[in-house]
Amino acid sequence: MNFTEEQIIRYSRNIILREVGGEGQRRLLESKVLVIGAGGLGSPILLYLAAAGVGTLGIIDSDVVDLSNLQRQIIHFTPDINIPKVDSAKSKIKQLNPDVNVITYKVRLSSKNIVEIIKDYDFIIDGTDNFPTKFLVNDACVMNNKPFSHAGILRFEGQTFTYTPGNMCYRCIFNEPPPKGVVPTCSEAGILGAVAGVIGTIQAVEALKYILQNGDLLTNKLLTFNALTTQFREIKLNRNENCPVCGKSPTIKELQDYEQPVCELKL
Amino acid sequence: MELTINGKKEIIDKGKLTVGILLKLKDIQMPEMVSVELNGEIIDRKDYDKIELQNSDIIEFLYFMGGGNYGN
Repeated sequence: MNFTEEQIIRYSRNIILREVGGEGQRRLLESKVLVIGAGGLGSPILLYLAAAGVGTLGIIDSDVVDLSNLQRQIIHFTPDINIPKVDSAKSKIKQLNPDVNVITYKVRLSSKNIVEIIKDYDFIIDGTDNFPTKFLVNDACVMNNKPFSHAGILRFEGQTFTYTPGNMCYRCIFNEPPPKGVVPTCSEAGILGAVAGVIGTIQAVEALKYILQNGDLLTNKLLTFNALTTQFREIKLNRNENCPVCGKSPTIKELQDYEQPVCELKL
Repeated sequence: MELTINGKKEIIDKGKLTVGILLKLKDIQMPEMVSVELNGEIIDRKDYDKIELQNSDIIEFLYFMGGGNYGN
């Protein structure tokens, strides 16, 4: 791949980095990243990956932009209200960097469609807000040897880790989704928008490092962030041999759809 | 005995201390909302009342977090 004059200028601050260079930039332009959820986490992820020149960005979201989203979902603007999030996100990405090929999926992920969608991507990022989808993304990625970044956020806190085949997965920590009502969602408990920015940006960095094959990924550890105390903690975790999906004798061999608890409090 | 809980050293003198008792002491009402890592290994929820904590054990409570936004 030969860079155009414009690309050399656009990506000059990437290319000047010894760990990126022309070769790394070529890798980025040829890479395909899938972002699940164009919300609080997905917004900074999509913007940073597009700006960096990730060649193909897939976006999955079945929702439309709501006024209450704008407090944290910074890829969407006030005139985008009621527009599908995938269309709103695509339009910003195209304005930011016309190099990026954007593929949109205005669907709800399920055990029926996830494998077909993820198979074309090099790296998957989970920016969803619900446990059924988080477990589905984990299981589908583990079963299909796809690396992915996981994250969760709530109030002033967030956590993230990166899965690559052979390392700890989400189910190594959390066996199964929490029962309904035990863990509040963002719409029930609130979230400081910038916390989504911090965690989403770390997920974007992980995807870029994976593509560039440089640095250490957040594998076999969970990074937690507390915005109130400004503390990051890295918790070392091992692959769990009793894990139902990646352990010694897995009990989950097929993808399953968990029921999505209905949010009673709509703020 | 001295335990390290989520990175902080704490002295807890309660005699026999199982993971289940510690969860109650820490006011974690529903054990379903956390996973417990003891000295680097995630422990099975059904063993919470069986496993007795020892001096200098390192415990992490790992909380479920949803977040982001996707089709709410």
